[in-house]
Amino acid sequence: MSIFEYNGSALVAMVGKNCFAIASDRRLGVQLQTIATDFQRIFKIHDKLYIGLSGLATDVQTLYQRLAFRHKLYQLREERDMKPETFASLVSALLYEKRFGPYFCQPVLAGLGDDNVPFICTMDCLGAKELAKDFVVSGTASESLYGACESMYKPNMEPEELFETISQALLSSVDRDCLSGWGGHVFVV
Amino acid sequence: MGDSQYSFSLTTFSPTGKLVQIEHALMAVGSGQTSLGIKAANGVVIATEKKLPSILVDETSVQKIQLMTTNIGVVYSGMGSDSRVLVRKSKKQAQQYYRLYKEQIPVAQLVRETAAVMQEFTQSGGVRPFGVSLLVAGYDDNGPQLYQVDPSGSYFSWKASAMGKNVSNAKTFLEKRYTDDMELDDAVHTAILTLKEGFEGQISGKNIEIGIIGADRKFRILPPTEIDDYLAEVE
Repeated sequence: MSIFEYNGSALVAMVGKNCFAIASDRRLGVQLQTIATDFQRIFKIHDKLYIGLSGLATDVQTLYQRLAFRHKLYQLREERDMKPETFASLVSALLYEKRFGPYFCQPVLAGLGDDNVPFICTMDCLGAKELAKDFVVSGTASESLYGACESMYKPNMEPEELFETISQALLSSVDRDCLSGWGGHVFVV
Repeated sequence: MGDSQYSFSLTTFSPTGKLVQIEHALMAVGSGQTSLGIKAANGVVIATEKKLPSILVDETSVQKIQLMTTNIGVVYSGMGSDSRVLVRKSKKQAQQYYRLYKEQIPVAQLVRETAAVMQEFTQSGGVRPFGVSLLVAGYDDNGPQLYQVDPSGSYFSWKASAMGKNVSNAKTFLEKRYTDDMELDDAVHTAILTLKEGFEGQISGKNIEIGIIGADRKFRILPPTEIDDYLAEVE
């Protein structure tokens, strides 16, 4: 079994009309045994920026702590919040620092930039950024998620419709994946 | 001075609470060639005298105003070699910031880091403070900005400032002439007039240097021909 499938995870982010939604499952497992059903995978960096981390749970928590630290220092020094694109570059740089002993995480970033233009992106565990205009997925259920999002997604959805769409996409995909599930967390901004 | 016992050890405070070496560094700045900066509503201008030690020096090879990034420029008063070291370090820091965040470094951050370098050299063993004060001019998301950094490592944001030999006259002149809604062109004229005040000899495009940055966020050092045009307008 791959190290990325040790704990199980499912993450998806979608772009709507001047809004974004990011959703994750809630299962924390140790291979086939479920040990928690309330595991937090999506974290708030600031009011308009959320990061979801899939993969090995310990790396999820450590990486989030490092990123929160860097962002808080940035806020104190520069007296402003980080733009999503800037934060994406920071995450990418941090992941690449560990090129030969990486964090086993695939982040999904979602944020609102200047003028509330939504921004989403995902990365592999070494920091290769993938920007998208519609949706990004990550985790053990990613293949099902790709299929579900591709069929359910429409551009320029309002927040309520976006919430429905992302929830349906997440729930139907995790149903087909034994390593993720047990409900979901959805954030719509 | 009664502080003479403490005046050559950098890292020892004198009983009056001063670090005398820094005071001496400020003297070095005060005997350097005059330089000044003015922040306009839509840009910043920095200027300096370029008095060369002899007419045989090729003035095109001397450049006192330098770029730290494409949108931040700097001029100094004091020891030119010290300023080159600082500018080199700052250029590197600016690029490191870009490499991490893929975003141009804000002017205030670069000034902070440059000032931190200067402060390091007032609290380490075996080094001396930098004998320069820098005027940093830049344009970023917070608009046009002008900062002065001293050998002690302290920095201030200014609307208009001068340093070097003629500092008190220049500052008085600037105080009288400065208005908050000045345009960049007016600021250049004011800068030239201020330099002219204390200038010994005939001012021309070859013995002053001017750098400007406007809303296009590209710092530009004016060629001597353009300076001569401005000089003609001022006459």
